[in-house]
Amino acid sequence: MNVINIRNISKTYVMGVEEVHALHDVTVQIDRGEYVAIMGPSGSGKSTLMNMLGCLDTPTSGLYEFNGANVSEMNDNDLARIRNKEIGFVFQTFNLIPRSDALHNVELPLIYGGVNAHERKRLAAEALNHVNLGDRMHHRPNELSGGQRQRVAIARALVTKPSIILADEPTGNLDTKTGDEIMTLFEELHHQGNTIILVTHEEYIAEHAHRIIRLRDGVIEKDENVQKRVIPTVA
Amino acid sequence: MAIIAIRVNKLRSSLTLLGIGVGVFSIIGVMTAMGVLQNAIENGLSGLGTNTFQIQKFPVTFFHDGRSRSRNRKDITLEQGEMFIERMNEAKYIGLESWFGIKQIFHNNDKTNPNISLVGETVQGFPTNNWTIKQGRAFTNQEVDNAASVCVLGNGVVEKLFERGSPIGEIVKIDGNKFRVIGTVEPKGGFLGGNQDNYLAIPLTTAMSLYGKQRSINIMVQTRDQESYNDIIELSTAILRTIRHVPPGAEDDFAIFSNDTLIKQFNDLTFMVKIGTLGIACIALLAAGVGIMNIMLVSVTERTKEIGIRKALGATKINVLMQFLSESVVFSQIGGVIGIIAGSILGNVVALITSAPPILPWNSSVAILSTPFVSLSALGLNIVAIIFCSFIGIVFGVYPAWKAANLDPIESLRYE
Ligand SMILES: Nc1ncnc2c1ncn2[C@@H]1O[C@H](COP(=O)(O)OP(=O)(O)OP(=O)(O)O)[C@@H](O)[C@H]1O
Ligand SMILES: [Mg+2]
Repeated sequence: MNVINIRNISKTYVMGVEEVHALHDVTVQIDRGEYVAIMGPSGSGKSTLMNMLGCLDTPTSGLYEFNGANVSEMNDNDLARIRNKEIGFVFQTFNLIPRSDALHNVELPLIYGGVNAHERKRLAAEALNHVNLGDRMHHRPNELSGGQRQRVAIARALVTKPSIILADEPTGNLDTKTGDEIMTLFEELHHQGNTIILVTHEEYIAEHAHRIIRLRDGVIEKDENVQKRVIPTVA
Repeated sequence: MAIIAIRVNKLRSSLTLLGIGVGVFSIIGVMTAMGVLQNAIENGLSGLGTNTFQIQKFPVTFFHDGRSRSRNRKDITLEQGEMFIERMNEAKYIGLESWFGIKQIFHNNDKTNPNISLVGETVQGFPTNNWTIKQGRAFTNQEVDNAASVCVLGNGVVEKLFERGSPIGEIVKIDGNKFRVIGTVEPKGGFLGGNQDNYLAIPLTTAMSLYGKQRSINIMVQTRDQESYNDIIELSTAILRTIRHVPPGAEDDFAIFSNDTLIKQFNDLTFMVKIGTLGIACIALLAAGVGIMNIMLVSVTERTKEIGIRKALGATKINVLMQFLSESVVFSQIGGVIGIIAGSILGNVVALITSAPPILPWNSSVAILSTPFVSLSALGLNIVAIIFCSFIGIVFGVYPAWKAANLDPIESLRYE
């Protein structure tokens, strides 16, 4: 069954007299359990598509169904609820709250989900253990390395057990070695049955995925399944 | 969480906290101080006994403006006082007295400070002054008629000169004149910084023969009961007008006051002060409110990215609105608490200075703000102050919070 069903989606920005077609007539279906990479040159509309998928942005035209529900017809509260329960975001710039420690950052979506404090702490600790940060729970973001910060962000995305994990250039701000560690983590999550959609510029990152969607100028240029190659994992 | 907004701009925050603090401080400070004084007046105004009023030449005012209008009044003479006693048969006691200034009392080699009031009294002046004999006895009619050289000591004099041994029968000297001590009066305690016990009473006749008759006396009247009180005041006014030949329609050329009128006069005065303070405090709080709005707006701008993150994680508009609203409310409550603490300290410093009983912030039995609509104790007023601060926090926090709630998630996430 489709988690995501996008049909003829367009997103147009009007800049004065000029119109920018960030997305143009895009149609995509993504199934539960898929691992999809979105690639394309800068400005091709990758982030715009991700924001749309993550219910942060609404299309100018077209249909978007999430788990069979029509997102275009939802109000602010419904969208907030979907973001909270169904979607886990991982950003290029981590986007952690700087004043709060790792544990509290991971708790945040559970707070908005109305989970009680005790259960919240338990789930957040579990998610942090999952990304091997059990010993860094009370560190603030500025007391963590880039890779550790991204793992906190991944724990935060995981903690609500969402339908999909959306990662917009999750390794863009990390060195190659740390980037590989993060990709290994995504691989694990995928093996555990999570649906993952990630944006990247790097071919070798995209090769982790099972399907690559290539965008150019807001249009899908290529949508192909890739044969999984054996990738030398970092020891 | 609320501390975040404070940390965003320390200077602006301190100024705003100061604004709220000053607003609340002036309310609580003035109300507590006034309450302390009022409380002291109501408890400590035992200068007159119950159901007692006093007739004198000049009205008692807390400002000295009454004097100018009544400056040309004639003295109430001893003869007029005696005529009054003759004609007024419905009262329980009628005392006559006059004050003869501040004296120094000598006994053997000891002396008091020159802070003892010398008062001339008649026999019935004791009950009307609410003086209870502690040792010995009061004057007799005979002693008053004969202008005997006897005296009764206020407790202040006893403490100063007769720490050991009984004063009864001892001889004291005032302005070179000798008096035999025949009694002492129970203490009344301090009041508004003065001491109500620093006096020495001699028969009115004795005092007048020593210091001259050209002076005005006070007539103190105690009624039999509460019911007849107002009637007796009216009757007394009529009698004294006749005695002093006041033409019909003209103003009384004497003043009547009781504890009630004193309290009322003080309350009228403090009420104006309180209303004025409330006005100033409201302006301070409004200014502080604008400060809060400013801080919250800055805070919203500086935390745009955080708002974006929270929205991406599923925060609804209401979640964001409540977060910022509660921050501004807690912020102004902190200011309120600072103001309450400072105000309570100020008010009770007044209590300390005037040796009146203090009114602590959690006191709930003494009304320190009485309006025709509500009466509030210190506790009540503090609660109202905190509620009012919360209200200010809501009113001035709602716009910034609303702004935060309506930020676009993507644009906020992109904000650097
Ligand atoms: N708020 C906006 N207003 C106007 N134009 C916008 C806005 N957001 C995006 N665009 C335009 O839409 C196009 C797609 O932008 P998008 O951010 O999706 O690119 P991207 O593929 O993520 O690029 P990159 O790899 O650099 O992150 C760009 O041409 C961009 O200028
Ligand atoms: Mg992008």
